[in-house]
Amino acid sequence: MQATIVQAVNDALHGEMERDDRVVVFGEDVAESGGVFRATDDLLEEFGNKRVVDTPLSEIAIVGGAAGMAMYGYRPVAEIQFSGFLPPAFDQLVTNASRIRWRTRGELSAPMVVRMPYGAGVRALEHHSESLEGAYGHIPGLKVVIPSTPADTKGLLTAAIRDPDPVLFMEPKRIYRSIRAEVPEGEHEVPIGEAAVRREGEDVTVVAWGSMMPPTLEAVDEGDIDAEVIDLRTISPMDTETIVESVKKTGRCVVVHEGPRTLGVGSEIVARINDEALMYLESPVERVTGFDTPVPLLSMEDFYFPHPPRVLDGIEAALAE
Amino acid sequence: MSDRASDIRVSPATGDDGGGEVRYLSQADLEVPTHQIVAPDGSYDDEAIPDLDDEELLDLYRWMVTDRVFSRRMVNIQRRGELGTFGSTRGQEASIIGSAFTLTPDDWLYVGRAWTPMFMRGASMEDMILFWRGIEEGQEAFAKVNAQIAISIGSHLPLVSGIAWGMHLDDADAIATAYLGDGATSTGAAHEGINLASSVGLPALFYCQNNQYAISMPYEKQSGANTIAQKALAYGIDAIRVDGQDVLAVYDAVSSAREKVLQGEPVFVESVTYRLDAHTTSDDPTRYRADEEVDHWESHDPIERYREFLKSEGLWAEIDHDAIVDEIETEFDEALAAANAMEERAVAEMFEYVYDELPPELVRQLDEFEDLLERRPEMYDFIEQRPKG
Repeated sequence: MQATIVQAVNDALHGEMERDDRVVVFGEDVAESGGVFRATDDLLEEFGNKRVVDTPLSEIAIVGGAAGMAMYGYRPVAEIQFSGFLPPAFDQLVTNASRIRWRTRGELSAPMVVRMPYGAGVRALEHHSESLEGAYGHIPGLKVVIPSTPADTKGLLTAAIRDPDPVLFMEPKRIYRSIRAEVPEGEHEVPIGEAAVRREGEDVTVVAWGSMMPPTLEAVDEGDIDAEVIDLRTISPMDTETIVESVKKTGRCVVVHEGPRTLGVGSEIVARINDEALMYLESPVERVTGFDTPVPLLSMEDFYFPHPPRVLDGIEAALAE
Repeated sequence: MSDRASDIRVSPATGDDGGGEVRYLSQADLEVPTHQIVAPDGSYDDEAIPDLDDEELLDLYRWMVTDRVFSRRMVNIQRRGELGTFGSTRGQEASIIGSAFTLTPDDWLYVGRAWTPMFMRGASMEDMILFWRGIEEGQEAFAKVNAQIAISIGSHLPLVSGIAWGMHLDDADAIATAYLGDGATSTGAAHEGINLASSVGLPALFYCQNNQYAISMPYEKQSGANTIAQKALAYGIDAIRVDGQDVLAVYDAVSSAREKVLQGEPVFVESVTYRLDAHTTSDDPTRYRADEEVDHWESHDPIERYREFLKSEGLWAEIDHDAIVDEIETEFDEALAAANAMEERAVAEMFEYVYDELPPELVRQLDEFEDLLERRPEMYDFIEQRPKG
């Protein structure tokens, strides 16, 4: 079937709730209203108000509650309405969800999913536009997943719900509805921790994910570049092998991400390339990223994130030397 | 053992140890009155009218109409694509104006859903339009009148307690006020902020507009507590529950609260009101609330209720409602024109104010970006500055 990313989220939730009655969906406005982006539309009607629950406005309780429910044996899928509202619950991720397995030597675990739309570009208010996957990727024990296509959204969310560990599932809201593509009907699982090679090429490796995939592909097309484009898909644990193998082949690399540059995911990718493929590099790895500033309010947010000309500029810089 | 620990064994109030019987403290035992001066039918008790002169009574009306007209115009220009997301305050005029009317310019004000109090303090409609267009200068203007808008729900309560703490240290003759919604009372930050104010004894006023919905969530589901006001008791501070559709009752309640707060006794006020419009222009309330309910509240309009009072007091003759509306419309038109005339801003503004002094790495990022914009003018194909929304 043809679906958008937000429809693919809905499809995965339907499928997993049908398959496993331990799956419980909750968050602010997810039930009666079907979520502010309609990602949880129709779930209340189909699965009832015990499994689809509107919670109070309490991010700490939503994430901590998911961890507790998961420890007890359920499979909670909690929604944080906008990624900018996750920081209050950061404590629950760092202190509890990500450490329960480690803390109890495997006696308990927190197989839960926290879903949230992230990123700039939809003209939202302050705190609605951040891309802080670097911060969340820094938390040991937490998996961080960011899809970029409708099919991957369904497959990765399905895998996240089935995953034995806590997964932060970051949905690129800028492309929630702008991409419509084929999504497999029925069961569809995409393994967490594996990057996808979106395009094979010889001259340069370009690594991106989530909302940065469309401008990256556009830049490669625009510049008519023989690039190998890698969609990272999982921030943590990161698929180092796919990146390293590609860089060994192309000798050049560009990392594109929307989040701030300093201590961003790009820094880690550069470090891993240095560790495992330094002698293959023909030029320094380029980073095309958001700036080390807050995401501007809506009137200037278009300046913030990497557009195709900036991505292309980075690719050409990697190719020039 | 501390005194407090030894006190735990007996009730501090009665010294009664309960005689071995388990006894519950229950909300059902607590009477929570709702302060009201003008009844929905317009009747009122002369004795209860707050001490305001005629001009002030008329000002309350003018500001409420300002609030209503401003919301209507903002929703309209948002629909024309000239504004970002906007949250209307229609229906909450009495709650907003009655409370803000009690504050002085030295009082700090941190609002959730309440814009007109900014105008009452000297910010302009242009500033507010800029803010909702996502232009940072709006916030700058609010800061100049000791006011801010909190977007992250509940996050401002600890901040307000901190401001109040500074006032406390300074022996300032002013208070810090947090406006919040019913939803915010579920956030962790709200609990911690109120508790801090209580434990230190800070001049903080927590003014909760219970407008019945946090987006789609009705108050009955937001909390198991019968009222929000009574939650204050758990923090050890006093509370008032007031009819938020009765501007005089709100003024009376918050005036009283402010006096107490000035003495370093934080107060929590629950103003019971109703959000007639959607949560924001991105929201569709028909998905979660019944028409009959909205109709009921439409027919209990706070401005109309106050109008009945003004008529009874013989003050209505001094009001030319249409002229007031015309004046506000003109002010809005001029503000919109001024906002539209705002010049295109430089990209450096994105970097300014992140720190007091721009660190070298940010200087580098800005230089690189400015260079890129010059080298690749095609960047502007992807950039819309949107000063008009």
